[in-house]
Amino acid sequence: MPGPIIGPEIDRLIQLLARLPGLGPRSARRAALDLLKKGESAMAPLADALRDAAENITACSACGNLDTSDPCHICTDPRRAKNTLCVVEEVADLWALERANYGGQYHVLGGVLSALDGVGPEDLSIASLVSRAGQDDITEVILAMNATVDGQTTAHYITDRLTDCGVSVTRLAHGVPVGGELDYLDDGTLAQAMKARQPF
Amino acid sequence: MDWTEQAIVLAARKHGEGSAIVELLTPHLGRHAGLVRGASRPAMRGILQPGNSVQASWKARLAEHLGTLTMEMTEARAALIMTRPEALLALSSLCALAVAVLPEREPHRDVYEATGHVLDLLSHEEMTPIDIGQTLVRWEIGLLGSLGFGLDLSACAVTGEVDNLIYVSPRSGRAVSQEGAGEYAARLLVLPPFLMDGDPQEVTTEQVQDGFRLSGHFIELMLLQPHQQSLPPARERYLQHLAD
Repeated sequence: MPGPIIGPEIDRLIQLLARLPGLGPRSARRAALDLLKKGESAMAPLADALRDAAENITACSACGNLDTSDPCHICTDPRRAKNTLCVVEEVADLWALERANYGGQYHVLGGVLSALDGVGPEDLSIASLVSRAGQDDITEVILAMNATVDGQTTAHYITDRLTDCGVSVTRLAHGVPVGGELDYLDDGTLAQAMKARQPF
Repeated sequence: MDWTEQAIVLAARKHGEGSAIVELLTPHLGRHAGLVRGASRPAMRGILQPGNSVQASWKARLAEHLGTLTMEMTEARAALIMTRPEALLALSSLCALAVAVLPEREPHRDVYEATGHVLDLLSHEEMTPIDIGQTLVRWEIGLLGSLGFGLDLSACAVTGEVDNLIYVSPRSGRAVSQEGAGEYAARLLVLPPFLMDGDPQEVTTEQVQDGFRLSGHFIELMLLQPHQQSLPPARERYLQHLAD
């Protein structure tokens, strides 16, 4: 009977790569082979970058962003507005809003309330958000939650919790995306857009 | 095996990277789950919101398999409900409760119809928090009845009288009159007047809360405790909002 065609080190590498989002066993094999082929030019820098990230990156104790310093570079940046706080579900949403040139502070919740997955308020960083909104120089809290039932339920819950903080609570607009054609939009988006129409 | 039916989306749980396991409420097959491929596409995410009505097609090799679902939206209710907190919390409570108590693949056409009716009402902006509350209490009492644990509110369990019924026995689920309650009144559940047919009085928040206490007690006792479950947190959040 023939022995295994790949050694345990390569097999482990493939198994670890296959756990990453977007990669299955087949694409993990291709990625592993590519890394092995390129050797020193790709594998060593990647290994260094992974080690650096694992050792140095931490969640910011103020906003929940991922960075090498705590507080993160967004919280400590003196050019950013200190009076607006944008609440997002995940760090990926923070990165998305950074691409849109938002210039204020952030607060990462770490998820949304979900009846199905058993996620309650105590599982999210809502208490620290209320404390930040009440103590800092915050005048406006922007709820940038996803336009889903769970996302908006969380937004309404946070609005209730911020009632006594004396801050203005706003949310992102819902409606027609840039480049969107009405004929191709779903009924829900169109209904929201019609409801939130503005003087022109 | 395959079928195509109108359905109401109750819940969608992410499965893998691009798929979701979706719970539907159908008229002829009851609560039915299936795998939706491509659920993370933007167009599909809008359809898979709880409360929406869809035309669903299910396919599997064997009836007992999870099967795959494809669907097209027929009524986009979630988008209309999302902007109003009372309606949104009520929607979450209703869907969470339906997923928790309805047996899978057991038809309850009356529950399907009542759920569709309640969701249509929640989409109306004119519905006040009290209207939403009493509609949801009626739905929960109706749910108990459909699952075989209906309350008997026709006559007093003690005296047999049909008027002045203001309590419900927490053990038997039968109505009790003021006179029949006697010294046990404090141990009985309050029967809100709006649950008695033809009551013309204006409904108050306290009465709606009494209604939820009544339905919640029997849902927990009859439907959830036998499975070591408790009332869903989404319902608690809705009641908390109602109390505030």
